[in-house]
Amino acid sequence: MGHQWGMAIDLDRCNGCEACVVACHAENNISTVGEDQAARSRVKHWIRVERYYEGEFPDVSVKFMPVFCQQCDAAPCEPVCPTFASYHTSEGLNGQVYNRCIGTRYCANACPYNARFFNFFNPVWEKPLNLQLNPDVSVREVGVMEKCTFCVQRIKAAEIQAAAEKRDLKDGELKPACVQSCPTRAMVFGDLSDPESEVSRLANSSRGTRLLGELGTRPKVTYLQRDSWHGSENA
Amino acid sequence: MAAKTPEQITDDLLRPLSGISGRYAVSAAFLAGVIVAALCAFFWQVYAGLGVSGLRWPVFWGFYITNFVFWIGLSHAGTLISAILRIANATWRRPVTRCAEVITVFALSIGATFPVIHLGRPWLAFWLFPYPSERGLWPNIRSPLLWDFFAINTYLMSSVTFLLLPMVPDLALIRDRATGWKKKIYGAVALGWTGTPKQWHRLETAMHIMAIAVIPVAVSVHSIVSWDFAMAPVPMWHSTIFAPYFVAGAIFSGIAALILAMALLRKLLRLEEYLLPIHFENLGKLLLVMSLLWFYFVFAERLTAWYGNETGEMAVFWVTQHGSYSPLFWAMVACNFLIPFPILAIKKLRTITGTAIASFTIVIGMWLERYLIIVPSLSHKYLTYSWGAYRPSWVEITITAGTFCAMGLLYMIFSKVVPIISIWELKAGLKERPQAAHAVAQPNEAGAD
Repeated sequence: MGHQWGMAIDLDRCNGCEACVVACHAENNISTVGEDQAARSRVKHWIRVERYYEGEFPDVSVKFMPVFCQQCDAAPCEPVCPTFASYHTSEGLNGQVYNRCIGTRYCANACPYNARFFNFFNPVWEKPLNLQLNPDVSVREVGVMEKCTFCVQRIKAAEIQAAAEKRDLKDGELKPACVQSCPTRAMVFGDLSDPESEVSRLANSSRGTRLLGELGTRPKVTYLQRDSWHGSENA
Repeated sequence: MAAKTPEQITDDLLRPLSGISGRYAVSAAFLAGVIVAALCAFFWQVYAGLGVSGLRWPVFWGFYITNFVFWIGLSHAGTLISAILRIANATWRRPVTRCAEVITVFALSIGATFPVIHLGRPWLAFWLFPYPSERGLWPNIRSPLLWDFFAINTYLMSSVTFLLLPMVPDLALIRDRATGWKKKIYGAVALGWTGTPKQWHRLETAMHIMAIAVIPVAVSVHSIVSWDFAMAPVPMWHSTIFAPYFVAGAIFSGIAALILAMALLRKLLRLEEYLLPIHFENLGKLLLVMSLLWFYFVFAERLTAWYGNETGEMAVFWVTQHGSYSPLFWAMVACNFLIPFPILAIKKLRTITGTAIASFTIVIGMWLERYLIIVPSLSHKYLTYSWGAYRPSWVEITITAGTFCAMGLLYMIFSKVVPIISIWELKAGLKERPQAAHAVAQPNEAGAD
């Protein structure tokens, strides 16, 4: 045991197609909220592709940055929860126990990434969308918080399978929905406690940065980018 | 007041307890109507989901938490001011203390409902109680919300005790004059008070202990409320200045609420001979000091944030100073400093009307302050892509209005049930000790310290 799940995202490969967003919604039973509620900023995109524009017109370039729960090792969301709904798992994930959540929303305020989402209403799936619900993922009722889990249901399934076959998990054997669906292979998922894994190699890359790492949250997601990303002074 | 005899004091202060005027009934009905509307809004929110409020990503706290901090702040009126004045043995305090202590109990009760109102699943609020549950899970003591839970409960218990203790001799006085079912009820709450030297001595001792004990409790409560914010790595929240800033602001708004309540009581219950200009003058001076202290805190907070020039903080700084929240910000500065400062600083203006006007603007300004601490920071956290905005819905506005009406109604009811000015303390303050009009209500030599 002792896995420490992490991810690396190559921003130079991301073309902003948002396939990860769609895949995440499908895999994790994330309900859509409708046009009206979306306009009120109540959408629940566990992963979102942030767009930033650089340069002056007409010489403009757009940068895409997928942002989701960074599964911080020193997560600000965890200690503030009065009911242990958000807690740290033994595999380094920021767990969210829906049944414990009473909806103080303190975790969402404490999260510097705004990676947490609230169920303002009970979720609805219009027929026949209810038929695509993933049986491995619980649906969340009104009043509870939710966020990216690194597809913990896939992690658990793969671990159980490997244990049944009396072998260790292979690097790359296991992919969250976003990683699996990325057409440019910008995202890599793996075990940071294994120094040989692809994600460990990328996490130590000189191109790697941690989003808002200066806040001391120790995120487990590494963003890879050209130096030019840092701004013109470093170009 | 010096001309008053103990008999007159008793008669004057018990007069509001007898009978209900038409004006009283109409106002009470109006306040009750708004409270019912607020209750309907709350139940609608529970039924439909928190989505009927204006809260949204990423501003997850809005009016409710603003009201929470505001009411808990107002509650510092009473207990803290009355406790300090008692310990300092300020003789002019005598007609003021009970009005103040009542504000504390009611404001605290109202404030404490907001953390429940704002919950996503309020029916599970009892999970904050530390009890050995079938879930095998204790609450998380690392969470500032749990500190809040304990601090507010402690404060509520102690301020209720602090209010009730000095009420006992007055309740006994009413009991002795009442007949029928009233005599039974007042007899039960008077706890068998007969005014023996031993009882007076015990009352004095208990009040001394409570007056001292309640001060650290009150300071801790608003420090912990501030830490709800200061513990989170949110720009302009994560600051060491927050605890003293909040405590000062709480006392500031508390004194303002007290002056407002006294000015209203004076008019409505015709207490002109008891709540004198000197009381407003003295509390006005206290309010002036707190206004200066408030301005000092805001200046220190803003200056260090601006000079530090940290990217995340500057976004929040400029959006309040110059951006979309700036009208509210400058309204707050006007309400808390620019308007009240000259009124309170110039002796000619520090009248009853003057201090009441200053207090009114300060109550509004301090509500705005709490709003401006919470909302701009949440709507402008680090990642610019995730910036947002917040606008309250009718549900939040109705519930907010309902709590103000609840404060008014509770105060009105209280003033009909218990003399709003402590009769025995007023009598004890008379220079000469005339023969007791009523032996029970007269503090004994053995009891006076």
